[in-house]
Amino acid sequence: MSQPEPIRAVPVRHPWRWVAVGFLAVLTAMFVHMLVTNENFHWRFMFRHMFTPAVLRGLQGTILVTVLAMIFGIGLGVLVAIARLSPNPVLRGVSWAYTWFFRAVPRIVLLAVFGNLNILWPNLSLGVPFDTYIGKIFGVTDLHMRLFTVETRSLLTGFIAGTISLALSEAAYMAEIVRAGMQSVDPGQEEAATALGMSRGQALRRVVLPQAMRVIIPPTGNETIAMLKDTSLLIYVPVTTELFYQLSAIGSRFFLPFPMYVAACLWYLAIVSVLLVGQYYLERHFARGHRTEQARIRLSGIAGEQGGAV
Amino acid sequence: MTDVDPTGPMVRTVGVHKSFGRLEVLRGIDMVVERGQVCVVLGPSGSGKSTFLRCLNHLEKIDAGEIWIDGRLVGYRRKGDKLYELHDKVIAEQRRDIGMVFQRFNLFPHMTALQNVMEAPLRVKGESKADVRERAGALLARVGLADKATSYPNQLSGGQQQRVAIARALAMRPKLMLFDEPTSALDPELVGEVLDAMKDLAREGMTMVVVTHEIGFAREVGDLLVFMDGGVVVESGNPREVIANPKHERTKSFLAKVL
Repeated sequence: MSQPEPIRAVPVRHPWRWVAVGFLAVLTAMFVHMLVTNENFHWRFMFRHMFTPAVLRGLQGTILVTVLAMIFGIGLGVLVAIARLSPNPVLRGVSWAYTWFFRAVPRIVLLAVFGNLNILWPNLSLGVPFDTYIGKIFGVTDLHMRLFTVETRSLLTGFIAGTISLALSEAAYMAEIVRAGMQSVDPGQEEAATALGMSRGQALRRVVLPQAMRVIIPPTGNETIAMLKDTSLLIYVPVTTELFYQLSAIGSRFFLPFPMYVAACLWYLAIVSVLLVGQYYLERHFARGHRTEQARIRLSGIAGEQGGAV
Repeated sequence: MTDVDPTGPMVRTVGVHKSFGRLEVLRGIDMVVERGQVCVVLGPSGSGKSTFLRCLNHLEKIDAGEIWIDGRLVGYRRKGDKLYELHDKVIAEQRRDIGMVFQRFNLFPHMTALQNVMEAPLRVKGESKADVRERAGALLARVGLADKATSYPNQLSGGQQQRVAIARALAMRPKLMLFDEPTSALDPELVGEVLDAMKDLAREGMTMVVVTHEIGFAREVGDLLVFMDGGVVVESGNPREVIANPKHERTKSFLAKVL
């Protein structure tokens, strides 16, 4: 039997794509022209100051806050999600209230509040509640039954206050993501675990959460990127070991703020690009055993039956 | 009346009622399955047979009636004439003695066949890993899947998955096995291997309650056939007699369609 002839057809033309390419080329050229000719960019100044030790320390702080806030945010978020799906109405209520509060308050406001908690409580102490009042009842004035007392400002430094408020806020968003992930797992899975005599905790830990990861990971990557950018809000706590604070400080010192804002854009672009690469590999890893992988296995099975290999 | 009666039947239910909202699915089910018996539950879809099976291990809470498994009241404790709900932990303990096999297998897809079988004895009973591994291997061999121990569920055919699911349930050394339409999701050519595994189990004296449409299985290994429709037991008795000579009109017309 002879092979049929391969198809030789004239492809569909797309003239408007070429028009669009031309249009974009002109725009790009105009943009580059502006970058090169506008003196106010002060490129030389910018490059000289965007790698100073202070800026690099700020970069370290930014990355550290991002990592810590995400670790605590994810951990707490998982707990809040589990509480939200619990049969216990008290846990469900607490979890709902938590998510409601921390999603309603903007991060910038939250940071301002946590940065200034020392106004509310100049000193934090652990001891018997209402001790001075109880003292009064028994005729003792100034009864203090405290184990220890610390100054709030020394305990809750800007760095810690900022990290805590970002972590608490993140936990609320992560809780919703984790909840969606857990609900995406076939209910038959938890049922099978239950029928084997597993407790709810065991079923979640061993059966439901590992399968929910595929749904949880991609939005968590987005959250990490968003968190990295939101560390620039730490200026409102205030936190000084932070990238944007350091860059704008240089800008104000030399009365050249704009070049340093451009420097900030470039820094954030660079870090987010690195994160995007990481996210790509992470997503590919957790998509394993799903659709594409199954299709590959089925194909190799069919090929095996036909005595070939893929 | 005491809670434990080890000489009595394995399963005894009295007037079991269950509703989902306004829909009354079970309207008074009385049933006795003796130790070592195989009870086959037949009935059209929507007759409540799967719901009844899920009530037996308290995956569904019943609204009225009593379920006794191995002489213990399921899900409740009686003191005087008052019933007390059991704590989740105690209910989980009751479920350890009851194996369940699902229509859609419900194997854990992120674990190999061997890990699926080992999971519950390891995590729930806290047995030693070496013992569990040996027993799990033996169970897989018993259902004819010794060479599939390291395969993941999505690398197995439906029939193989269901046999792993049977091995997984047996790993807890249950006294009673519940089968919820175990062959309904299978290609016809794969039904036989699962039924064979179940027949072996029946011959070894396992007490089984099987919801199925496999009349041949009922005739061959069943000790008791229960025909359900509309949430009640229409007819029950020796499977061979009931299938040969159904007394009730509803049973007759159902069997005529399935046979």
